[in-house]
Amino acid sequence: MNIDLFFQYVVAGITYGTVYAIVAIGFNIIYNATGIINFAQGEFVMLGGMTAVTFHSFLPLPLAIIVAVMVVTIIGALIEVLFIRWLHKPSVLRMIIITIGISILIRETALHIWGEGVQALPYFTGTSVSALNLGGVFVSPQVIWVVGIGAIVVVLLNVFFNYTILGRQLRACSANRDAARLCGINAKNVVTFSFMLSAAIGALGGSIVSPITYVQYDSGTPLAIKGFTVAILGGLGNSTAAVGAGMILGVLESFSIAVLPAAYKDVIAIVILLCILFIRPSGIFGSTEAARLKEF
Amino acid sequence: MKARYLQVLAFVALVSAIQLLTRVTDSAYHLTQLTMTAYYSVLIIGLCMLVGYAGQISLGHAGFFCIGGYIAAFLTTHDLSMHKGKPLVALLSKTGILASRPDLYGGNLLTFHSWAACVVAMLTALVIAWVIGGPVLKLKGHYLAMATLGFGTIVYRIALGTTLLGAADGISDVPPFWVLPGIEISGNASVRVMNYYIAWGLVTAGVVLLLNLIHSRAGRGLAAIHGAEDAAEAMGIPTARYKLNTFVLSAVFAALAGVLLTHYNGGIGPSEASVMKSVRYLAIVAIGGMANLWGSLFMSLVLNYLSLRGYFGTYDDAVFGCILILIMLFAPEGLIRRSILKDLKRFVSGGVAEETGP
Amino acid sequence: MSLLSVQDLSKRFGGLQAVDNVSFVVPQGAIKALIGPNGAGKTTLFNLISGVLRPDSGSISFNGGTVQGLMPHEIAAKGIARTFQHIRLFPKMTVLENIMVGRHLHSRAGFISGMLNLPFTRREQKEVAAKSRAVMEFLGIAALADAEATSLAYGQQRVVELGRALASEPKLLLLDEPAAGLNMRETVEMSALIGRIRDLGITVFLVEHDMSLVMNISEEILVLSYGQKIADDKPLAIQKNSEVIKVYLGEDNAAN
Repeated sequence: MNIDLFFQYVVAGITYGTVYAIVAIGFNIIYNATGIINFAQGEFVMLGGMTAVTFHSFLPLPLAIIVAVMVVTIIGALIEVLFIRWLHKPSVLRMIIITIGISILIRETALHIWGEGVQALPYFTGTSVSALNLGGVFVSPQVIWVVGIGAIVVVLLNVFFNYTILGRQLRACSANRDAARLCGINAKNVVTFSFMLSAAIGALGGSIVSPITYVQYDSGTPLAIKGFTVAILGGLGNSTAAVGAGMILGVLESFSIAVLPAAYKDVIAIVILLCILFIRPSGIFGSTEAARLKEF
Repeated sequence: MKARYLQVLAFVALVSAIQLLTRVTDSAYHLTQLTMTAYYSVLIIGLCMLVGYAGQISLGHAGFFCIGGYIAAFLTTHDLSMHKGKPLVALLSKTGILASRPDLYGGNLLTFHSWAACVVAMLTALVIAWVIGGPVLKLKGHYLAMATLGFGTIVYRIALGTTLLGAADGISDVPPFWVLPGIEISGNASVRVMNYYIAWGLVTAGVVLLLNLIHSRAGRGLAAIHGAEDAAEAMGIPTARYKLNTFVLSAVFAALAGVLLTHYNGGIGPSEASVMKSVRYLAIVAIGGMANLWGSLFMSLVLNYLSLRGYFGTYDDAVFGCILILIMLFAPEGLIRRSILKDLKRFVSGGVAEETGP
Repeated sequence: MSLLSVQDLSKRFGGLQAVDNVSFVVPQGAIKALIGPNGAGKTTLFNLISGVLRPDSGSISFNGGTVQGLMPHEIAAKGIARTFQHIRLFPKMTVLENIMVGRHLHSRAGFISGMLNLPFTRREQKEVAAKSRAVMEFLGIAALADAEATSLAYGQQRVVELGRALASEPKLLLLDEPAAGLNMRETVEMSALIGRIRDLGITVFLVEHDMSLVMNISEEILVLSYGQKIADDKPLAIQKNSEVIKVYLGEDNAAN
C-alpha cells in the first residue's frame, strides 16, 4: 500500500470516526442523565440529514441545517415526553424494547416520507471533487467541515457541562438523581433536556456528514450499533474518550477494506463490540463501576 | 388427565378446526401461510422459554433461524457431482448421506440428503449457541441486548455478503424435505393439507416438550433463576449452566424452524436474518405475555399469519414496532394473562402497575 | 468437631476493609450467633462463606474440605444452606414450589429428562413434592402450600424461606437476620423453631440484632466490629465483656 492510499484511509477513518463519536456522545448524554441506552440514537442522525435536505430545497444551506436541527430537537423532546417521562421505574428490558420500538417507528415513518432513495446535502464548500492539499495529502473540504464542527461541538459541550448551571444540573442528576432532586433540580426536565441535546447533536452530525456518506431511511440502525460500540469502547458515559474511541473504530474500519471484502466492513464494528463486551465492558478508559449499568 | 395435556388437546382441536374450515369454505390456499406460521411458531416457543422463563433478552434469534436455513439450503443445493470420484464423496454417497436427484436439464445433482443437512444444520446451531452463549449470557441488560443484536447482524452481513450463499438473492431451488416414503415437506399445492398437519404437529410436539420442561425440576430452576437469581444459586442451581442450556435449546428450535421452512418455501434469503425479524419475534413473545407459552403461540399464529398474508402491507415493520412500544408502555406483562381485567381497571383508574419484569 | 472453620479471612471493598483477618469455628451441632453493630461486616462474612463473594485472603473449610473460592451452587452442594436478610423468595411461584426448589440438590432430572417427562422424572417429582410437604408440616405451614409465596405476611414468608433452606437437608444453616421485621410473638416462635432445627442435627450459624433471641438460643456468640473479631465466647461471658459493651454502648458504659 503506498503512502497516498494510506493517508486516504486515515482521512476516511477520521471522517467516519467523527460521526461515530457524535452518535456515541449522544448515547452518553442520555445515559448519563437517565441510565437509559437510547437505541433510537442513530435515527436522530438520519433525521438530521434527511430533514436538512428537505429544507434545503427552499432555504439557504446554513438556515436549512439550523432548522433541521431545531426540528429534530423538538422530536427528541416529544419522544421523551410521550414515551419515557411517565414510566415508573421501568425494567431494563422494557426500556430497551421501547427505544427499539421508537427507532423502528422513526425509520418506518422516514421510509414513508422520503422513500428508499439516498439523499445528501450539497458540499458546503466546493464540490465532490474539490480537494485541499494538506502537506501532500488531498482532503475534501467537507472533511474539514466535519472534523471542525465535530471539534467545536466537543469543546462547546465541555464548556456547557462544566461552566453552565444547566450543565452542572445535568451532571448532578447523572451522579445521583434523588440528591439532585432534593437540591431543587427538576429531574424530569433535565431528562427531557438531555434527549433534546442528544437529538440536536445527532442531527447536526447527520447534516454535516451527509454530503460524504449520504443518508437513507435505514442509515440509523448501523450508526446506532457503531455509536454504541464507540461509547462502550471509550467507557460508557465518558464523552471525551468517545472521541478517541470513534477515531479508533473509524480508522480500523477504514483499513479493513484492505484485508476483507467490502461487504464485511460493517462486521468489524460488531466484532469489536463483542470483544469489548466479553473482555472489558468498562472500555478502554472506563471504570468497572461505570460498566455496572445505572438505574433509571 | 393433567390440565396441561387437556390444553394440548384443545390446541390440536383448534388446528384441525381451522383446516376443516378452509376445506368447507374452499379456501385451502390459506393453509400455505398457516403452515409457514407454524414453522415460525416453533422458533417463537423456543424464544419464549429463553425470554420469558429464563429471563434473558435475545435480539438475534433470527440469526439462528438463518444458520439452520442457510446450511440446509446450501447442503441440499450445492452440487457435488463433479467430485464423484473422490473417496470421501463416494463414502458419503454410499451411506446415503449424499443423495442424487435429477435437475432441470436432464443431468444429475449430487447433494446432501435433506436429513443429513438438517442434522448438520442443527448441530452447527447448537455448537455456535454453546460457544457464544457462555460469554454472552454473562452480560446483563443492555449489554446482553446489544451482544445478541450484534450476533444477529453478523449472520445477516455474512449471508448478504457471501456469494457462495447467494448474496442478496439467497439460495433457491431447495428440494423438499423427505420425512417418510411418500411424505415430504414442500410447498407443493398437492400436499398442502398434509404439510399443514406436519407443521402444526411439529409445533404440538414442541409445545408438549416445553410444557413438560416448565413443570419439571429444570423448569422450576429456570423460574427460580428468573425470580431471584442469587437465591436460586444458593439453593444449588447452577445458574450459568441453566441459562446456557435454555439459550442452546432456543437456538436449536430456531434452527429447526429455519431448516424446515426453507424446505417448505424452497429457498431462503438474507432478510430472514435481519434485525427486524428478531425484533418481531421478541415483540410476539412480549405481547403473548413473556412467560406464557400458549400466549406466545396464539400471538404468533395471529400476527405471523396476518403479516404473511400481507394485511399490514408496507407498514409491516411499523406494526410490530408499534406493538412493541404499546405493549411495553401499557402492558409489560403481555396481553394474555389472568390479571388482565384487574390491570385494565387499575389502568383506567390511574393507578401505578407493579413492576415485576426481568 | 468443628463443622465450619474460618482462618484469617479478609475482604476489602475499595477503601473499606469489610472483614479483617477473622478466624473462628462453628462446632458441629451448635447454634452460634454473629452479632455486631451495623457495618461490622456480618453480611459480608456470610456472603464469603456462602460463596457470593470471593475472599481476598484466608481460608474457609467446611466438613473437612476447603470451600473458599467455590461458586455458590457448589457450596450449597456441600451442605450449606442460607436465608437472606431481605427475603428472597421466588415471586410468581407457590409456597410448595418455592420449597421444592430447595430439593434441587436431592433430585437429578435435567433438561432432557424434564422435556421427555420420563417415568423416573415423574416419580422423582412426586418424591420431591412429598418431602417438601413434610418440611411444611414440620414448620406448621402445610396449609399455605398453594398460596403465592410473595403474597403472604412477612412473618410467614420468613418461615417459607426457612423451609426452602431446610428442604435441601443442609449440614450447616446460615440464617441472615431471621427475626428482622418480626414482632415479639413471632420472634419467640422463631427462637423455638431454630431450636427444633438444631435438634434435627443441623448446625446453625445466624446473624441477628435481636438480643433476646441471640442470648436465648445461642451456645456461642461471635462479635464483630469494623470487620474485626472482638469476642468469641459463651453468651454470659459476652454480656460481661467490656470490649463488646464498649462497641455497642460506648466508652462510658464499658467503664461501669
